[in-house]
Parts: sequence; structure tokens; C-alpha cells
Amino acid sequence: MYKALILLAGILISTGTLAQSGDPVNGKAVYEHWCSPCHAPGARKHPGTAALEFLYKGEKPAVLEQRLDLTPALVATFVRNGVKIMPPFRKTEISDKELADIGAYLTPR
Amino acid sequence: MRYPPGVSQSDFDRALSQFQAAIGSDWVFIDEADVDLYRDAYSPLWGEEEEKIPSIALAPRSAEEVQALMRICNEFRIPVYPVSTGKNLGYGGSAPVLNGSVVLDLKRMNRIIEVSEENAFALVEPGVSYFDLYNYIQEKGLDLWIDCPDPGWGSLIGNALDHGVGYTVNPYRDHFEAHCGMEVVLADGDVVRTGMGAMPNAETWQQYRWGYGPWLDGLFAQSNFGVVTKMGFWLYPAPEAFRSGSVQVMGYNDVHELTRVTAKMMYSGILNTNAGVQSPMQFVLGQNPEMQERYERANAEDIRILDEFAQSNNTPFWSSSFKFYGPQEIVDSSWAYVKKQFAHIEGVRFQDQEALQFPMPYEELMQTSDENHLGVPSMSVFQLGNRSNFNPAGTNGHLGFSPVVPMTGEAVLQANKVLGKVLRDMGGNTVFNVPPYSYHQRTFTILIGFTVSRDSDTNQKTREIFRELVRVAAENGWGEYRTHTAFMDDCAATYSFNDNALLRLQQRLKDAIDPNGIISAGRYGIWPKHIRDEEGKGIADINSARDEEGGSNV
Repeated sequence: MYKALILLAGILISTGTLAQSGDPVNGKAVYEHWCSPCHAPGARKHPGTAALEFLYKGEKPAVLEQRLDLTPALVATFVRNGVKIMPPFRKTEISDKELADIGAYLTPR
Repeated sequence: MRYPPGVSQSDFDRALSQFQAAIGSDWVFIDEADVDLYRDAYSPLWGEEEEKIPSIALAPRSAEEVQALMRICNEFRIPVYPVSTGKNLGYGGSAPVLNGSVVLDLKRMNRIIEVSEENAFALVEPGVSYFDLYNYIQEKGLDLWIDCPDPGWGSLIGNALDHGVGYTVNPYRDHFEAHCGMEVVLADGDVVRTGMGAMPNAETWQQYRWGYGPWLDGLFAQSNFGVVTKMGFWLYPAPEAFRSGSVQVMGYNDVHELTRVTAKMMYSGILNTNAGVQSPMQFVLGQNPEMQERYERANAEDIRILDEFAQSNNTPFWSSSFKFYGPQEIVDSSWAYVKKQFAHIEGVRFQDQEALQFPMPYEELMQTSDENHLGVPSMSVFQLGNRSNFNPAGTNGHLGFSPVVPMTGEAVLQANKVLGKVLRDMGGNTVFNVPPYSYHQRTFTILIGFTVSRDSDTNQKTREIFRELVRVAAENGWGEYRTHTAFMDDCAATYSFNDNALLRLQQRLKDAIDPNGIISAGRYGIWPKHIRDEEGKGIADINSARDEEGGSNV
């Protein structure tokens, strides 16, 4: 677990997207286009939600939009590096600006 | 910055400035962190020296920009690897076959140029995904269905060009078969339209595919002869109803009649969608080593005992599920007719499955057994390999071995026997194992899915098993319909009739159409002349592999 955290910190530094402030309204639209197909509510048809439901076992919400602990940097890490079966997303799919917008949308205000 | 092979640094630097002038520097990705996003996330070569990693990536917005980039690449002989949405995961993703190639990322070319409800077709660019077209049709309220593969984020064009498949009816479910008309940019930057599109102001480009003279579209699928920048697809007028049902037979040898009748109805058009042959006994046998051994040996005595065992477990030995789409009366009568055709098999059972009527709200479609079979794109297939009780750690992706076998009971048994033996003897991590299934109109395809790992030893073992499966399948006369970039030479080598005459012809075409050999070197085993000569790729490679294996004709 600690090793994973150290690795995560290393990746955060390399994403280079922290400086941009995002637009949560556009972030919602981008999220619905790119993220919802895997992360929408309903584990049966949404593999991202299913994977997080299995991983957290109720400790945290499995649906990303219900999380209270996400930050733009953490979102950027997973989008640009992928995790397990989720591949990274290229800049022609989600631009740095759109990534910052998703981060703003998923960050609790 | 990485440099492509066979190009001097000074030439590449000059080309780079021209790329930036042609499409804008924002769309020329040279930083390694950006280019690494093009690595094959599901690579069975991950982290190894042989892993395919591009040098830079270019992302044009239009066919005209593609033309400009191809002219520059051709001038400097820069290897370039076009990808549509880059989501062909399990088959290489967005990474090239030739390490260091420049990726031509067509994702920004995402225009839906035309959708005709009256004549049921779409004309799209390579960056258009199944989700995009589905959403467009829903927003416009058009009375049309798309046919989609399992993951919805892929490109219609990319999937069709790799001979991808879906789940509704003929001819839509074979995506290359459902296409009509292409626009292709060649290596020298020339642009060609095929079929009726060769006429200026053509009015039937997406309705009549043959055009005039030789039909060339096949050259641009599973190949490296051009960059497809537009493609037309036939769409399915939304059906009124859907029904599915299964036919179950009790005896081991009933597989022959089950398959014979199925095939006849497929060839007659009564069945016009996918069907497969499953064995409900598979799970029962797996828990009984003695019966499993009898199944693998299957002599007359074994079969008699296996049949008794199936009866005592009240479990059918084989089953097939059938699907019907269309007007309610035709759907119902088709299922009734199909049941009659199997009624003569002793002990046959029938089971009604899903019965649906359309239109149906999206939320209800997503509650059906499989929305992809109803033309609704999703990502639900990625549950395979996901973190779960079955696999708590999850996987890092998958790749599929998928040979095409005849639609006969004999082939079903033989495939189970010989391919199963390889897996039993060699082990390996399989994530799914799809029984013989008619992804295509007149054959079964078997799909064995391997997990890929971030551990090189595990991946190396998987590659050994994969190559052994390719070899054993070829010995039995079965070839892969599609494969991962890591195995393209291996599979091409199995299509070796008359001293590799087909590959030799493909090489002659390659040398003529793309004389500098810049497009997708090595894709589907087709290597350009300079790499064949310098590195022994292609036929030279095939011959040396054959010599090492003692003359085996694979």
C-alpha cells in the first residue's frame, strides 16, 4: 500500500496538469462523453464502477461523481496513466484543458 | 525525442518543421510523456526491448491535412502508422508494428458527414466512434440501428478495416461487409474514392459498392496500402421486435445434427445472425476428472458413459442460442420454424429466452441481457478481466486467439480437442473462452482470450502458447481472422500456399503502391522492400522460421 502511494506521488509530479484551473460545466460534458460509459452508476453494465465497488467494498462510493476525496491531480494521474484494464487517454481524446475541466467537475466544492 | 528508424536526424528535424507548418505545432506530439500515451496499453511485450513504441505522433484534422503529412513522410521516407481511434486494444491499440514509426492519429477527424434515414447509410471519418454515431442517431430521432462490436469507443472505420464484427443481422454484423465506398489517401498524398465515389458528384456512393472495373476496397483492410479518411456504412432500419431462444440436445454425438441443421438454416437465410455451440456439460465435466478424461479421449465406450452421465445430471451436452430480429409475426414464426427443424433430435429441449419490442427507452435497453446485440454501444464487455471475486487483482488487458473453423460438428469436436490440449499441456492465463460462434456468415470462430501482464516472464509464456495455438490451428487448416500486432508475421506465415504466393503478391502490390514503404510497415505481415532486404522480414523471415521447424508448412 505504501509503495503504491509513493508511486502515485511520483506520477502526480509528472502529469503537469495541476496548474490549469478547470471549468466544471464543460467537465461534466467531457466526463459524460469519456468516463460515464465505464463509471456511471450500476456495476452490472459499467466496469469502472464494478471495479471500484470490488476494490473499496463500501468504504468509498464506487461511482466517481459521488466521491468526496478526488482532486484534479488524482483524476489526471488515472486519465494519463490508466490503471489495470483502463488504458490511458491520449490528448486527442481528452486534451489537457478538458482534463482540467473533468478534474474541476469531480472535485467537491 | 525519439527518432524513427532509417531516417537521419537532420532529415527528421526538417520534416518536423514541415509537419508543424502543415497541421500546427499543437498537433505534433514530440514529448515522450505525450507519445507514451500511444503505447499499446495491452501489449504482451510491455517493458521489453521488442515493445512497439512510436517516435512521435501527428493528429491531422482533415483529409487535406493527411495528404500534406503523407507527402512530407514520403519525401523523407518516414515510417508512418495510421490509427483511427486507437482503441483496437487486444490487437495492438495505437502502437505501430515497426518500432519508432510516426503515429498518424486520426481521432480528430470525427465528422459524421451524412446519415440517410431513407437509404439507411452513414458516411463518416475515422475518428467517429460507435458511441458517436449512436448518439447522433438518437439525437436526430432517426429510425435506424447501428451494429456495434463489444466496446463502443472504437472507430467504425478502424473496426471494419480490421474485419471487426458485431451482433445484429446480415449484412450489418460483418463490419467490412457492411461498408460501401471509401476515400483513401495514398503514400504520395494522392486521394482516391472507391466504388461510385470515383464519379464526381456521385449520387450512389453509399448504395452501390462495386463501382466500375476492379473493386479495390479489400486492399485497404488488414493492410498498409493507404490511409482511409472516409467510409460509408449501411445501417439497419430499426426492427420492430427481438426474440431469442435456445435449443438443447442431450447426447455427445448430437453436436453433429445440431450444427448441420444450424448451418443449413444459416445458408438459407432463415437464421441471419450469430449462433454458437456451447456445452452446458463443460462445467460438470470440469468437476469430475474421470469424465473429463473420457471427454478428451472420446472413444465409443467413453461416449456411451458420457451420455449416461449427462442424463444422470439432467444436463444437455450441447446447446445453441438463436436470435431473431424483425416484424413481430416474422420473429415469432421464425422461432417456431427453427424449433420444428430440431424436433427430430431425441430428447431435444427448447427454451424461450428474451422477447423484446422496440422502440425501448435507453435505460431499459441497458437492462437487457446484452445491449450490444440490440445495436446499443457500451463498455460492459470490460467486466471481463476486471477486478472481481474471480480475479481480485484484475488484469492489465487481454489479447485474443481467434481461428476460423468450419461450421460442422466434427470441427467443433476437433477444435475442442486439439486447442484444449495445447492449453492443458502449456497452462497459461485465459480470461475468457468463447465456444465456436458464427461471428461470420458461414464459419465458426473460436475465441480464446489471454490476460496480458506487466510481468515479462508471464507475457513470454503467453506468447509461446499463442504461437503454439497458431501452429496447431494451421496444422488443422484453420487460420486466424485477425490478430495482435505482436503475432502478425506468425499468422501471415500460415497462409503459405504455393510458397507464400499470396504474401508475395501482397508484397508486389506494396512495392508498387507505396514504393518508399512508409505506411504501416509489417502490418498483417506485409513488409516494405527495404525492410525485407535489410532485415530479412517477410518471406525471408517465413522461410527461416520454416527451416527451424523442420519444414512444417505453417
